[in-house]
Amino acid sequence: MADLSINFAGIKSPNPFWLASAPPANSGAQVHRAFEAGWGGAVWKTIGGPVLNVSNRYGAWHSGSQRMLAINNIELISDRPLEINLAEIRDLKRNWPDRAVIVSAMVESKPEAWRTIVRQIEDTGADGLELNYGCPHGMSERGMGAAVGQVPEYCQQITAWVKEVSKLPVIVKLTPNVTNIVLPARAALAGGADALSLINTVNSIIGIDLDTLELTPSVGGKGGHGGYAGPAVKPIALNLLVALATDPELAKSGLPISGMGGIATWRDAAEFLLLGATSLQVCTTVMHYGFRVVEDLIDGLSNWMDEKGFRTIEDLRGKSVHRISDFGNFDLSFRAVARIDQNRCIKCNLCYVACNDTAHQCIDLIDSTGKPVQPHAWDLASNGKHEATGTRPRPEVREADCVGCRLCYNVCPVEKCIEMVEVPSGRESITWAQLAQAEPAVAEDWDAMKKYRDEQCIHIH
Amino acid sequence: MNGLTESLPPLSAHEAAVEASRCLFCYDAPCTHACPTHIDIAQFIKKISTGNLTGSARTIFDSNLLGATCARVCPVQELCEGACVLGSEHKPIAIGRLQRHAMDHAYQTGQGLAIAGTPTGFHVAVVGAGPAGLSCAGELAKRGHAVTIYEKRDLGGGLSTYGIIALREPVGVALAEVEMIRNLGVRLQTGVEFGCDISLDTLIGDHSAVFLSLGLGKTPALGIPGEEHLVDGIEFIEQSKTAPAGPPVGREVLVIGAGNTAIDCATIAKRLGAARVTMIYRRTAAEMTAYAHEYAFIQNEGVQLEFLTQPVAVVIEDGRVTGLRCRRMSLVQTGPGRPTPEPIPGSEFIIPADQIVKAIGQEKPPAFNGIETDRGFLRVNDSLETSVAGVYAGGDCIRARGSASTVMAVQDGKRAAAAIDKALTGTRS
Repeated sequence: MADLSINFAGIKSPNPFWLASAPPANSGAQVHRAFEAGWGGAVWKTIGGPVLNVSNRYGAWHSGSQRMLAINNIELISDRPLEINLAEIRDLKRNWPDRAVIVSAMVESKPEAWRTIVRQIEDTGADGLELNYGCPHGMSERGMGAAVGQVPEYCQQITAWVKEVSKLPVIVKLTPNVTNIVLPARAALAGGADALSLINTVNSIIGIDLDTLELTPSVGGKGGHGGYAGPAVKPIALNLLVALATDPELAKSGLPISGMGGIATWRDAAEFLLLGATSLQVCTTVMHYGFRVVEDLIDGLSNWMDEKGFRTIEDLRGKSVHRISDFGNFDLSFRAVARIDQNRCIKCNLCYVACNDTAHQCIDLIDSTGKPVQPHAWDLASNGKHEATGTRPRPEVREADCVGCRLCYNVCPVEKCIEMVEVPSGRESITWAQLAQAEPAVAEDWDAMKKYRDEQCIHIH
Repeated sequence: MNGLTESLPPLSAHEAAVEASRCLFCYDAPCTHACPTHIDIAQFIKKISTGNLTGSARTIFDSNLLGATCARVCPVQELCEGACVLGSEHKPIAIGRLQRHAMDHAYQTGQGLAIAGTPTGFHVAVVGAGPAGLSCAGELAKRGHAVTIYEKRDLGGGLSTYGIIALREPVGVALAEVEMIRNLGVRLQTGVEFGCDISLDTLIGDHSAVFLSLGLGKTPALGIPGEEHLVDGIEFIEQSKTAPAGPPVGREVLVIGAGNTAIDCATIAKRLGAARVTMIYRRTAAEMTAYAHEYAFIQNEGVQLEFLTQPVAVVIEDGRVTGLRCRRMSLVQTGPGRPTPEPIPGSEFIIPADQIVKAIGQEKPPAFNGIETDRGFLRVNDSLETSVAGVYAGGDCIRARGSASTVMAVQDGKRAAAAIDKALTGTRS
């Protein structure tokens, strides 16, 4: 049985799964129940100055019958009085000494305000601090949250103020709403941060109600941008995690990273760990299904680690980072083609239309005699299930023409029906970077490119 | 009438959206091929999933003007749903019920209905206001032709109105379709019987073209003593739909036959209070012409089946039916095709009954001078034109081969309308 415990910048946790600083971690009673369910830690919902919330706070993106692939919110930091939050944090930590209790904070950009809140949090016995530099709505209009995270100088300055007084590990939470996330991350490092966490929510407008023409969610007829989170943002989060994991300066610092953004299953969790995260924060899936989701997060990750032979989180952390590369370093001679398993194929022919209409026209429809046929070629006088299914052509890839784009693989609704198979290209391995250096003309001139392609037998139809 | 209201409830908007979103949106989808009218099913379901019900209805009407009836009565297991690619490992998409959802929207809101074309000056006669006739008339009206339908009954709709058990299609649905066709400018003259009140020659003389959708006749005679005491299955169903109290139903009811009509008769008898309903068939379950899902349905209804049983005579006592004398049969394979039932000597027995319904098919259409027939059905060419130039035919009256169904009749009407239009205007199809 794998050991899931982590030590994150000195914060110990029995497993890497923490409630993210968000509505699920809004009160002592909630986090208490979360810990009972098995969560390894919680980042308390951001505390700070006085706020008032509005109603209709959450919008969501649904697709078909799948609810809440993403959520968008305009809720502010905790609207409960500071004293109550601090008292409940103290009580929680006393009851759960083995769990990670981290407190997220956000106050006005004044040294004294930050020093005060840091001392108040330290007094609760919490294990760490998370500086919320990410909230994209509401608080940013008051010069906090993303308004800090988007300016590296502010990140560094405030981190330094906190570090001057804090004896606790300080985690800086980054906003994705920047052009280059490495810059605020480096600024946090320069300010003395002990760890980073990302991503905070993505700035977003969830949509318009087509009956009322109002934005969703609508606050008395008005709406605005809010923070976008949930399964739909995971690819964005992974990319930004990679940006930190591959930055030499950050990598050299060894700053641990708490990953979040769309973690809904243990599979998502494993991906974040493989790209360098140490702890994992979860929110939207909890808001969808409740605290109980942690059971499969822990169980699934543990079983997968056992299967793969990873004994500890540290064993697997960052295991995929060395595979991250740039386009210029990809092997131009690597060749994969799509292959359709005719025994699995249900002949929906989505691969055919996707390839034919939008990709590279290399899937044919083949009739029972092996001849290619056009779609809609069936006899209009025929009907009935036996005619329709018995004469239905099957899709087949013309491998010689397949560019290996993988679109068909992606649209196929049947598990393992289409596979991308590596085939020899017959060409020497070469990257674009190598080619551009060896034969600069090929990169600059179409005639030279044509000559190169002819020599290499690269035919593009 | 108790027990004979439409059995499937409409899908709620949410149910429809969820079901529609399961559809894979297959390309050149097999459901469309399997549908005799080739409705672009993937497209109309896609439109339901986006809440575009008006567009969805329009897509259906483009291929099938009687989509509301077909949504209810089609043997979808044998057609669109039977061909669904999800059927092999999952549940096929509930295409029939989704189609009904879109059609209900169209009829409730008046949105998405077909519209009449610019008048061409041609006038076409349609004989019979059943599905084939309505479909042909509507398609012709869409192309701008004036159409008059001559119908011998009081109400239009044909078997949709009179012959489909209300569990599947209430009368109101069929009548709404008749009304929709009339709203395209089609004139419906009821109480006019072809061959009596109006002749083919008159129709040919007064119109640019004629479409015959005559349907079929009554249940044929069994040729057994006491025949006059048998209830005609077609009329039995008709009364269940049009008579306020329904047909008189006995305590112990026998239904002779094992086709879909026989199943409907047995269902009606059972639901309207018969203590015991037994179907009599001279072959076995394997040779039944009823659809497999219908056979499963009737067993759930608690109807009993007597296979390898042939009626010999109606038993009458004091002028009342008390039973049916039958004999056992055995199947003998005498040649290719279905085995032949042969009587077992000395096997006669009596099944007690106080009502006996016969549902053994329908009589072929009446013969008309000059129109060639094929096995008693009207012979038509690929354009559905009969041996008389300018006279077309469709529906059950041409179904010499294959099984008759509403959706096939709708397709006949559509194809004939296209052929008539082409013949009249020369260019269009």
